[in-house]
Formats: sequence, structure tokens, C-alpha cells
Amino acid sequence: MEKMSRVTTALSSNTISGKTMFCHLDAPANAISVCRDASQVVVAGRNIFKIYTIEEEQFVEKLNLRVGRKPSLNFSCADVMWHQMEENLLATAATNGAVVTWNLGKPSRNKQDQLFTEHKRTVNKVCFHPTEVYMLLSGSQDGLMKCFDLRKKESVSTFSGQSESVRDVQFSMKDFTFAASFENGNVQLWDIRRPDRYERMFTAHTGPVFCCDWHPDDRGWLATGGRDKMVKVWDMTTNRAKEIYCVQTIASVARVKWRPEKRFHLATCSMMVDHNIYVWDIRRPFIPFATFEEHKDVTTGIVWRHQHDPYFLLSGSKDSTLYQHMFKDATRPVDKANPEGLCFGLMGDLAFAAKESLINSDTNRKPYPGGDRRNPLFFFKKTDPTEQFAHVSSALTIYQTGLDSNHMDWFVSTAQRYLLTGKPFAELCDHNAKVARELKRPQVSTTWTMLRIMFSDPANLPAAGLNHSLSKLGSLPLMNSFSLKEMGSVLASESRLERGKGDSRQDNIHLETGNSHISNNNEENEETEGSDGPAECMFGDAELDDDDLYSMDHENQAEEQEYTLPQEGFQLRHEIVDNPSAPEHFQQDKADSPHVSGNEAEVPCLTPIESFSLISISQPLFTHHLPASFFCPIVREMLSYYAEQGDVQMAVSVLIVLGEKIRKEIDDLTQEHWYMSYIDMLQRFELWNVSNEVIKLSTCSAITCLNQTSTTLHINCSNCKRPMSSKGWMCDRCHQCASICAVCHHVVKGLFVWCQGCSHGGHLEHIMNWLKSSAHCPAGCGHMCEYT
Amino acid sequence: RGMRHAVASAQNVENTSIAVTDLFKICNHCERLRKKDLGVRIPRPLGNGPSRFIPEKEILQVSKVDSRTQSIFEDAFAALGRLDNISLVMGFHPQYLESFLRTQHYLLQMDGPLPLHYRHYIGIMAAARHQCSYLVNLHVNDFLQVGGDAKWLNGLGEAPQKLQQLGELNKILAHRPWLITKEHMEALLKAEEHSWSLAELIHAVVLLTHYHSLASFTFGCGITPEIHCDGGHTFRPPSLSQYCVCDIANGNGHANLHDDQLGDQDMCGEVEVLMERMKQLQECRDDEEASQEEMATRFEREKTESMLVVTSEDEECVPSRDISRHFEDPSYGYKDFSRRGEHVPTFRAQDYSWEDHGYSLVNRLYPDVGQMLDEKFQMAYNLTYNTMATHKDVDTSMLRRAIWNYIHCMFGIRYDDYDYGEINQLLDRSFKIYIKTMVCSPEKTTKRMYESFWRQFQHSEKVHVNLLLMEARMQAELLYALRAITRYMT
Repeated sequence: MEKMSRVTTALSSNTISGKTMFCHLDAPANAISVCRDASQVVVAGRNIFKIYTIEEEQFVEKLNLRVGRKPSLNFSCADVMWHQMEENLLATAATNGAVVTWNLGKPSRNKQDQLFTEHKRTVNKVCFHPTEVYMLLSGSQDGLMKCFDLRKKESVSTFSGQSESVRDVQFSMKDFTFAASFENGNVQLWDIRRPDRYERMFTAHTGPVFCCDWHPDDRGWLATGGRDKMVKVWDMTTNRAKEIYCVQTIASVARVKWRPEKRFHLATCSMMVDHNIYVWDIRRPFIPFATFEEHKDVTTGIVWRHQHDPYFLLSGSKDSTLYQHMFKDATRPVDKANPEGLCFGLMGDLAFAAKESLINSDTNRKPYPGGDRRNPLFFFKKTDPTEQFAHVSSALTIYQTGLDSNHMDWFVSTAQRYLLTGKPFAELCDHNAKVARELKRPQVSTTWTMLRIMFSDPANLPAAGLNHSLSKLGSLPLMNSFSLKEMGSVLASESRLERGKGDSRQDNIHLETGNSHISNNNEENEETEGSDGPAECMFGDAELDDDDLYSMDHENQAEEQEYTLPQEGFQLRHEIVDNPSAPEHFQQDKADSPHVSGNEAEVPCLTPIESFSLISISQPLFTHHLPASFFCPIVREMLSYYAEQGDVQMAVSVLIVLGEKIRKEIDDLTQEHWYMSYIDMLQRFELWNVSNEVIKLSTCSAITCLNQTSTTLHINCSNCKRPMSSKGWMCDRCHQCASICAVCHHVVKGLFVWCQGCSHGGHLEHIMNWLKSSAHCPAGCGHMCEYT
Repeated sequence: RGMRHAVASAQNVENTSIAVTDLFKICNHCERLRKKDLGVRIPRPLGNGPSRFIPEKEILQVSKVDSRTQSIFEDAFAALGRLDNISLVMGFHPQYLESFLRTQHYLLQMDGPLPLHYRHYIGIMAAARHQCSYLVNLHVNDFLQVGGDAKWLNGLGEAPQKLQQLGELNKILAHRPWLITKEHMEALLKAEEHSWSLAELIHAVVLLTHYHSLASFTFGCGITPEIHCDGGHTFRPPSLSQYCVCDIANGNGHANLHDDQLGDQDMCGEVEVLMERMKQLQECRDDEEASQEEMATRFEREKTESMLVVTSEDEECVPSRDISRHFEDPSYGYKDFSRRGEHVPTFRAQDYSWEDHGYSLVNRLYPDVGQMLDEKFQMAYNLTYNTMATHKDVDTSMLRRAIWNYIHCMFGIRYDDYDYGEINQLLDRSFKIYIKTMVCSPEKTTKRMYESFWRQFQHSEKVHVNLLLMEARMQAELLYALRAITRYMT
């Protein structure tokens, strides 16, 4: 981090210059403090207590204050402060409860001056008064704050916060007020002259308030930081402390320090996890103004090097380093932040936010029907040369999709109409294919059809095939009525899909012939009959249906003639299946084919009763059917293809319908990812039922457990309408029994069933019995209740 | 049983005659009929009441008198469908119980990174580490109920690889938490397809520590098995006399009264002595300031001595159901190294505390749980009724702090601002034995140990001590585990 930038600032008394630099300490630091003229820094920690001089190029160790043979806990510092008026005076807070002052002017090696052991617990903080030379304040874990007069041996006053441990104490710049922050979230304001009670107390954070800092410019502003990850700025000039700014950081805030000479800037570091130092512009609380990322472990102490110079920041860390950060070298997250935002709405609307200047130059944009909505997201600042934030003002534009082409309708409709379970596999496929076709999504439709063919049990074929062909006949005209243009759009993606198939099939000779046959089909349809006989035999139904599929790819309507082929194919197949007297060319093919015997042996088996024997015979011979697992790689690719295209609906639906047949082929993470995406989309469209069905049918444990979360049902009292907290039957507030059975007039403590029409109800059994004999509500309200 | 009990307590406060076992005794008549007619065997509870150490009367008295306890019991029953013996005993301290149940419910049932059956299985693993058959049985039932695979119960070897890897952490955490390093965490977090996510790991660590310390409580209060679990019932007909052998052995019979009176005579003035010491410490604290070396020595001495406190009263070694199958290395216990005199490194509480560091880490990765644990720790640490035995208006904070810090001291956790000499003043030997046993090898806790410390104190106060021990132990384990995770993350 040896950045060579150099800054020299002229100040009234002296000149500060330097660069980003660091030095290794022997041990982790807990706190640091600088002397008034910004030339030296003291570092204190459990095992370190040293003074370094800050030179141009480096830190130089000047003095080690840990002297003496015996290790003493008095040296184990939780905090350190250098007096801002008396340059030889330092104070430390020790973890064992001691408050120690050190006088650098002492001639002996041991610079320890005074030792106060009045606190019973760890002292978290010491603070010198900014103008009164001899006044020192301490805040301890024992809940007490003590004020010491350094000319005396004992504390002069003790302040009892009466509310847990003190984490920080800070003198106000102007008078005798000090602020104390507590472990329980409170902040108290005290007058140093009145130890009997605090002047004001308010709850600043949930959980401990680790730090506080008065604004240096005497404006009654107090910044507080807490375990709740917030930095809050309070205006203390009014009667009640008023929160005026709030910055949400990403980790608990350990220290906060106002930046000198910059009214709205403050620096923070965190206690856990996050090692960076942030400088915030409190008016812009969502993104840090500047970030220092040098430390490798949590930063424990930050201090601005000089009280009138905003460009030098010193920091100590648990990683045993001491840094001087140059403001010039800071990372500016704002510069990396994307100034444009783009978001799609559910129904395809598009919202776009960008810098105003950008938008204005764009003349082509279509205005939103309701007029441009321009929201300046941040208030307008006066142009101030010292302010380094770029002026930010954004405009938001919303583009609406045309009313006629509501693009997401198909998604909703598909989700609602698809059948995922409850019927035999082939019927599900057919149903879904039909749905897709009706929604004018031919590719999806044919995919379903193919799946049916690939994975259907041979035994189920007759019945399924019959249904299929019937529905097919009915819908065929629709397919033919597609306009050329739409076909074209299908074509592009279709061909890609096909290529993928081809690749995966090449290792298998059976399929290769089948594939080549299909490709042939696409180019020269005449060859379908006869020439590719063996393939037909092997590929069986699949080939014929593929025909049906790829016929759509034909470029002109002149080939409409060919559409009859698939139908013919179906007829033929049924003849094969149902009666042995197949059309002639098939017979011939069989005669030529080496698989004839197999195929013929199959024929009598194709009755549903003997389906098992069919499988056992046909599979080893590779005749009529390929094993379903054979198609898995193709289907897997197909699913990935759909998912990548953004149609995760298809991927998930197929996954569910195919179930065990394909599940093992796809790794769990991918499946989970698909499921999550689909469920997310369904829920955005408020298709709760469908989403729930998908969750139920999924086999990923991560998905099914979604149904077990957030299952709490909150109920309100029927009398006072307020939430019932402890018991289900008795309201704590109005002390009425909330759920009385309309039949027996007793309190229902178990299952309570009620009518959704009139909201009367009672014991499940009582209502059941009542409604057997009467159609009206047992409460006598006259409603015709129904029990189903 | 839980059902009937809950109904009984919900119906009316006046009905004081109904106790758990009475419900079964009432049915003696029908039982006979049933046996003749249907051949159905009806289980009877073994042992009287929820605790072997505390007379049943006293425990049940609580829910009758205290309406808050009663309503917590009702809620607990509504949430779980049962009211376990642990809750019944904790009913002495309703404020704590509420916090405890809320946390436990959240850990086991509510939204969290781990699937439900994993949570119960981790509970089983942790409890089995201390051979706590009570908790194991309870969670075996729950585990199966949420759809856990019964095969896993045959041993950790049958569980998924991911859970098996947790075995090592479980072992170290239970017995020598100071040995946990970031490498242990790294091994779990970077195990390719079997690796844990940070959030899952935090959840698992919280569960493990929760059940380790709950096992301590279970043994420390002599919780008896639930009737529906193994060892909780018998099918033998009731014996002719009012008390069976085990009752007498466990002191639920008349013998107990006699024993107590004897104890009172022996230990007369114990409470007064303790109170006097507390007063002295409070007063002369500032006068005689011990040197820093002296303070350090005192801590080291307490730590070393805690190692040597003898815990082996092996007289009542309960042969447990073969739960040892849940952990692969039963020989790895606290006992082993304490005899070898292993050195426990010192952990500075000021450098890594629950309030500043642990909380933030847990809450970051497992939202809300940090908050709940924080409340529970504070509740346990700050709970006081300002009484000691029969004395009222006593500030017990010094005593509570001594107990808490003594437990942390056993785990090597040192507070710079505590004078460990106080511990020696306030905790006598029999109490130290009890603490040591309960925290380090809870399965060895005996009724005699329970009775021999603080003889004049009430049972509710001893349960209070148990709560302190349990929470202090949990926090100590958590601190070590979380520190390792933090180190892994930085």
C-alpha cells in the first residue's frame, strides 16, 4: 500500500505532510490517540503501550511505556487518551479496572504518574476535558463514571448511571456536559458539576451503544454507534434528543469520529467481521463516501491526525499494524456504484433510473403514458467546492408494455393449467402439450409430446396413443393456421435444440441412424417412406412423431401435403400394435431388417396384461423400444436449454412430471435452483396454489422444507379484535372467551371449525352433526352454512 | 400423560390433589379390567415426579401457586404437545423458563438454516456425548416424528457424511472447547459437497452447546425419564407397599425427611457464614489490594485446582441404553486429561466477549438467535429474588458472579477485573465438586452430591444454581467455537 501521493496542508501553527504508510506493532492494538500537534501517536493494547512519532515516510518508535520486570494488568489497556492541552500527559483505562495517568516529562524510565483503582470492573473509556487541564473522566463496566482531579489522589465525583455498563464517555466541546453511552442502549447526558442525577436520558440503540462523539463544531450534535449496526446523529439542542440522521452499516459499530472541517462527515469502524474504515456523508446514508481497506483484522482505534485537518486518518488494528491513511488514497465506493438502475416489472413494464443529464440527452425515449415521473432521489445541494460528492439527481422513467401484448399471460395461464400429477404419465404429457399448443407455444407442445413418447411404458402405449391421436386430429388445423412469421421464430431455437441432440447421440449407432433419418426428413421429405426402413423399425413411434414435429420447420406451405404423413404414421402404428396386418412397406422393412424376429415376437405381447414380458423381451433385443434411460442425456440438455432460455417453468414442470425417470440425471443444486426460481416467479404472480403444489411435488429437501416454515397462524380475539397472544381460547385483554361453540356454547379448546360465510363455528364434531340435520347456521344468524 | 397433566393444570387452580402420578393411580381399577378383558398392558411411571432429587410435591406446588408458571406451561404444552420434566423443574423460575423455551422453540421449530430432522439429530449427538439418555430419548422421538431416517439412529456412521464430520467438533466442544481452532471450522466449511455453510454451522454450534449444557442441567437436577421413553415406565404391577425400592433409594419416600433433618443439624449456620463472608469481601475489598501477580496466581490456582477436584463418585453409574453408538470415541472425556494435568490456555474475556463479539457473529449469520441467547444469558446471570435460604433482602450478585466466573475459569476464561480469590471464599469444597461434576462430566452427578452442597438452601435455589451453571457452560463453549469461526473468517 505504498501509494506515493503526497499531501501538504498548511495549518495555522504547523505543516502536516505525509503519505499512506503503516508499521508493524508487536501486538494487537486496542486504542490509539494523537498528541495535539499531530506529530506523535500512542498505541495501547493488552500487550502494547508505545509512542510513535509520525514522520514523512514512516512511523518511528519513540518510547515504550511498558517498563518494569513484572507484567502488570495496569498495562493491559482498553483505552488511551492523549491530553489535548498538556502534551506530556496521557491516561489509560485498564481491563482490570485501573485508571492510570502517565507523565512523559518524568525523568525516570517509568512514566506512570497516578493510579486510580476505584472501579471494580474493566474501565472501557477515559476522557480528558478539552479545556480544563486537570479533569479526567472514566466510564466502567461496573456502571459508574468517575471524575478525577489529577491534583488529587481520589476521584472527586462519581456518577451512577443506574443502567448497566458504561461503554463510552465524551466531554462536550463547549461546557461541562458529558455524554455517556451504555450497554443497554441508553445514552445519558450529565453535568459534571451535578453528580446526583443525569440531566437527560434516552434510548439510542437496541443493544449496547459502543461509542459516541460530539460534533467538533459545537452544534450540539452527538453521533452514536451501536451493536445494532447503526450510526445515529442526535440533535441535543432541543428539549428532546432528536434523531436527525441515521446510517445503516453492515456490522456493529465500534468507534465513530467526526471528520474535522467537514460538517457532515464521520468515520466509523466495526467491532466484528468487517475490517474496513468507512467515512460517511451522513446525508447519504446508503453508500460510504470513502473506504480504507488496508487492515486485515478488525480496526480497533481510529483518530484524525489533526483536529483541523480532514485528510489524515490514523488507525490501529487487531492485525498488529498502525496505519496512516491518506484521504486521497481512499476507495470511493460511489465511483464504482452504478448510477443507472433498470428493473422489469412483473407484467413486462420497465423502469429506468439514471442521472438526469443522461436522460435529457436521450431524445428518443417514449414517455410514460401518465407522464414522466421524475424523482430526484437526493436533495439538491448547493455547489460547494469542498464537497467531494458528485451532484446526484436522478430521473426515473417507466416504460409500459403495450396493452395488447401482455407478455406474461402465457406464464400465468400455463402455470394454472398444467397438470403435474394425479394422472398417468402419458396423459399428463398430452394434457400439457395441449395446453402449450392452445397458448400458441408449439415448441413446448412438441417437447411434451416427445417426452411422452420417449418415456411411456410400452404397455401403456395403446391407450395413450389412441387418446393422443384423437386430440392431435382435433388440434391439427390450429397448427396449420400458424403464420409463417411465428414459425420462423420457432425455427431458430428449434434447430439449436436439434444440434444438441445430434451431439449427444453420436456415440450410439442406433440413434445415429435415427437422427440422420430425422435430418433427412427435414430436407427431403419424400424419403420418409421406404428408404430408411431399419431406422423406422428401431426408432418406432419416436420417429413418426418427430416427423410430426419437424414438419413445422418446412419453409413453405406448399409442403402442407406432408402433414398428412404423421397422421398416417399414427394410423399405421396402431395397426402394428393392434393387429398384425401392417401396411405393406412396413412388412417389407421388417423382412429386410435384422430385427424382424424381435419385432414380431413383440406383437402378441403388446396387450396390457402381458406387459412385463414385453419389456423383458424387447429390451435386450433393442427392437421396438429403447430404454427410457437412453434419452436421459437428451432430456437433461433439453431442460437446461429451457432453463437458460428463461423458461424455468418448463424445466420444473418436466422435472416433476418425469419424476424418477430423470431426477438422478440432474444434480441437486441445479434442481434446487430451478425450483427456487420457478417458485419465486409463481409467488410474484400470486399463484399461491400452484407454487404450493410445486413445493409439495418437489423432491429436493431444501424445497419441501419450505412448506414447514412460517406455519404460524395468528388469530385475533372475536370480541376486541386484538391479537391473541397466549392461549387460543381466552383473550388476555378483554378476558372473554374468544371461541365459543355455537352448538354447545362451551369454549372450544381444540379444533375449531367455522363458516367462512357467517364466521360462526364451534367444535368440529358438533358442527358436523348439526349440519347433518340442519342447513342453517347453529348460531341462528340465518346463514346457510355448508360443511364439506 | 402430558395431555392429561396439562388439562389438569389448565382446568382449575384449586384442584390441588391431582399430581402426575395420581392420574395413573386413579386408573388402577380400570387397569385391572383392561388387563383381563383386552390384555392391554398399561405402563406405570417409574420413580416419582420429574426429578429424582426434588420431591414431586414441591415441583408441582409451583405451578399451582404461580399463575405465570402455569400459563407458561400451557403455552409450552400448546407448542409441543407435551410438557417435559425439564420444563416442570425449571418452573421454579418462570422468567427464565419463558426465555429458555422461546429460544429452544426457535432453535428447533422455527425458520433456520438446518432442516428439522438435522436439528434433532444434532441434539441427540450432543446429548449422547454426555450419555444423557433422557434427552436422547426425547429427541429420538422428535427426530422420527419430523421424518428422520430411523437408520441414522443406529449410529453416527449411518448418518450423512455431513453430520459425521460434526462428530469431531461435538467431541471437542463437549470436553475441551479450548482446543477448538479455526482449522476445525475450516474442515467443516470446506468439505466440498459435504461442507457446511456458515449459517448452518452457527446453527449447529448453538444446538450442540445448548444440548451439552442442557445435559448438565438434566443430570444436575436428576431429571427422571419421561413416561413414554425408555426407562420411564414399567409394566410391573404396583408393589404392595406405597413406595417401591427405587423410591426409597431416590429419596422420595420417608427416609428423605429424616436425612434432611440430620443435615440441618450438621450444617447449622452455613448460610450465615456465607453471608458474612460476602459482607466482608464487599467491605474490605478496597483496603487490601492484591498485587497483579497475586491476581494472576489466584486465577491460575483456581483453574488448576478445578482440574483436580475429584469427581469420581462412581457408586451410581447408570447403565445407559446403548447410546454410545452415537459417538465414535467414548473414551474421550473430561476425566482423561484432567488426570494428566493438561494445561488449559487462558482465554481473555475482554478480548472476545459474548456481548461485543459473539452476539454480533451469531446474529449476523442466524438472525434473532443472538438476541434470544443474549436475553437468556442475561436472564440467567441477573436472576435474583434477593433471598438466601430463609434470609431476605440479600444482594446475591457477588455469589452469582463467583459461580459464573468459576465455571468460566474451569474453561480457562479469565476476567481481568475479577479477583479469583473470592471464589475460594464463597464456594466451598462440596459445592465445587458439584459444579465441577455437573459441568464437566454431568453423567456422574449423584443425589449425594446434590444434597451435600448448600444443605440449608431450598430446592428452588439449587435449581437456580443449576441454571447459572448451565448458561455459563453454554456461553463458555460458544465463546470458544465462535472465536474459532471469527478467526476463520478473518
